[in-house]
Amino acid sequence: MESFDALLLGLSVAVQPQNLFYAFIGVLLGTAVGVLPGIGPALTVALLLPVTFKLDPGGSLIMFAGIYYGGMYGGSTSSILLNTPGESASIITALEGNKMARAGRGGPALATAAIGSFVAGLIATIALTFLAPWVVEIALNFGPADYFALMVLAFTTVSAAFGGSALRGLTALFIGLSLGLVGIDLQTGQARLAFGVPDLLDGVEVTTTAVAMFALGETLYIASLGSRMRETIEPVRGSLWMTAQDWARSWKPWLRGTALGFPIGALPAGGAEIPTFLSYSAEKALSKHPEEFGHGAIEGVAGPEAANNASAAGVLVPLLTLGLPTSATAAMMLAGFQQYGIQPGPLLFSTNADLVWGLIASLFIANTMLLVLNLPLIGMWVRLLSIPRPWLYGGILVFATLGTLGANPSQFELAMLAALGLLGFAMRYFDYPVAPVIIGLILGPLAEQQLRRALAISQGDPAALFESSIAIGIYAVCAIVLFGPVLWKLVQRKNGKTLPA
Amino acid sequence: MRVLFKAAAGILLAAAAVLPVSAQELSIMAPAGPGGGWDQTARSLQNALQTEKLATNVQVTNVPGAGGTIGLAQFVSQNKGKADALIVGGYVMVGAILTNNAPVTLDQVTPIARLTGEYEAIVVPTSSPIKTMGDLVAQLKADPGTVSWGGGSAGGTDHITVGLIAKAAGVDPTKINYIPFSGGGEALAAIVGGKVTAGISGYGEFEQQVKAGKLRVLAVSSPERLPNVDGPTLKESGIDVEVQNWRGVWAAPDITDEQKASLISMIEKVNASKTWQDTLATKGWANTFLAGDAFADVLKQEIEKTTAVLKEIGLVK
Repeated sequence: MESFDALLLGLSVAVQPQNLFYAFIGVLLGTAVGVLPGIGPALTVALLLPVTFKLDPGGSLIMFAGIYYGGMYGGSTSSILLNTPGESASIITALEGNKMARAGRGGPALATAAIGSFVAGLIATIALTFLAPWVVEIALNFGPADYFALMVLAFTTVSAAFGGSALRGLTALFIGLSLGLVGIDLQTGQARLAFGVPDLLDGVEVTTTAVAMFALGETLYIASLGSRMRETIEPVRGSLWMTAQDWARSWKPWLRGTALGFPIGALPAGGAEIPTFLSYSAEKALSKHPEEFGHGAIEGVAGPEAANNASAAGVLVPLLTLGLPTSATAAMMLAGFQQYGIQPGPLLFSTNADLVWGLIASLFIANTMLLVLNLPLIGMWVRLLSIPRPWLYGGILVFATLGTLGANPSQFELAMLAALGLLGFAMRYFDYPVAPVIIGLILGPLAEQQLRRALAISQGDPAALFESSIAIGIYAVCAIVLFGPVLWKLVQRKNGKTLPA
Repeated sequence: MRVLFKAAAGILLAAAAVLPVSAQELSIMAPAGPGGGWDQTARSLQNALQTEKLATNVQVTNVPGAGGTIGLAQFVSQNKGKADALIVGGYVMVGAILTNNAPVTLDQVTPIARLTGEYEAIVVPTSSPIKTMGDLVAQLKADPGTVSWGGGSAGGTDHITVGLIAKAAGVDPTKINYIPFSGGGEALAAIVGGKVTAGISGYGEFEQQVKAGKLRVLAVSSPERLPNVDGPTLKESGIDVEVQNWRGVWAAPDITDEQKASLISMIEKVNASKTWQDTLATKGWANTFLAGDAFADVLKQEIEKTTAVLKEIGLVK
């Protein structure tokens, strides 16, 4: 139990009052920037880097870990209450979370997000402590063909977010896929669908699109209804806290979300969004109340929230063991390490053991602090919804615009926000789901790049897509997801016919 | 009383005359998102200027997009004739301007200095049958398509270097099988995991993996062997290619010669300062400082050379 001793040593470093204070500041800042749409943890760490230079390495890294976890958690608050995802990883949370909040169940939604994040963070941090060396070996075996298989799996399960009509869902998905084509093609360096506008060369920003589609589209829709609007938002209906039934329906999604988030987060090109999509689909498929999905099912909040926090810990696996930064925030943390002349990588665990274990221990501390900080605040957060509707939506507009401008101060981005907001409004008005747009925008470019990369390496031979056992395994899961339910029904029908006879 | 006023005014004037530079306000644009090389250069420059009291208030702004060309366009349109604005950039921008056919180019800003540079390294996993640069070139000559190169974005420094290597080895640059990756981490994972034949990037990206015995350095793109790097130069391996991924700093268009000279002298002071030298050491950046007209001349040659090779790869028409 060498790791265990080392962890205890790390905990003793992290619970020093001064380091606890840094963890607190980090969590607080992280939650704040997570709540603001557009401004992500990466920018915050970048801004703080020069400030923390005066601190000791342990203290500043502990603070960065707090910002990272806090940002992941804070994103869910604005998703649930305001239908305005703060981060791309909390887009899925808005689907069910906001429906719950409108039905007066914002309290349980925020609670299941907070506790789910805590549980996932805890389990994933334990996994990081003990499994990092093995997980990273598997992660390195993932080649472009395997990533493509993962994207295919994500696409097969995407219909869970379609709502009522498959045709409308597919239409929305294809809008997203087309938006994803805009900009410089990474494989050839050529511009596509940019129409000579330099600002479009880097493509359409996911967070801008999400904020526009969800927040602006919704606000315009509500405004267009005006006094015809019947629905009233009740801040609290029933208990502010989770009921026994909420707990019973949440704990399995937390565990499943963690199981998806941690390994995919550890993949160098895995990211935090894909596990949230997969978790949402899995919960919808496994739920005993599938009819509640789209109307505020607590599983749809619990699973994806656990998944995005677990992936945040997963990202630290390649960072600490290989020195591979696989997200913008991880890249900033790497810069933070380098600032002190520490090079994360295979040698870090042996050369700077106390620091690494201090960081891992501080993740535990940050996680606990998040829960302590956020649970008492839930009562205050849900009061936001008792603000009169014109003020509330006016506030959301200001908030969304400020966040977008804060992340990318350009008139063009603002115009994009407005244009996509109008699109979101039109889709909302004609009853098209908006989530598939965002999913297409995220998955489309990833799938395309990985497919073309795999084919370029094999010089055009498509057999390379099915060569590795990882890819074959993932395709097998796809087949089960696609044909399993149909076969199951057939078997049941057959049994049904034979039994009475 | 009047005498006292005069004396006070005189002291103030004298003080003002002594402190013309140190009272300066500056803005530095990093034409990239936070965290990348240009952002780190801008923020290190900010830190050095303030610590060394060469400027009192330095602001860094990030304008990400399209290899720095979005930031460059905004910098040029907003700062004409302003002596208190700097923009950080580098070799990647030279390539990006060409491949994107950018409306605003580096001809429209005032070169101040090249600050740092990094050399490219060509690596393979330790388990690879390819032992030397000679082995790799032999395979490249036999069948260029079978050598997949993993590196950064299309048309970037890594891609350009591969094009130059092919050209120098007598291989048609349009035949190279270059696999671009978006982030450093993703490329490194594919290289270490043996998904591509060889990897190419700044040596710093590979250093830890090389030390840990996971990657083997075949060659580096420097004029002479690098200290602490166990690998020959491309020239030693019979490939006449030298590439430096440099970063530098420019001032606004239409500034006066005096303003230009004063900015150059300020950056020279930064370069000589302990703060800056310490930063270079901790970040592992090579000091390839080159100021003023000498930098402008080198820049011109680099743009010509890069235009030629990008045309040959087929990325620029």
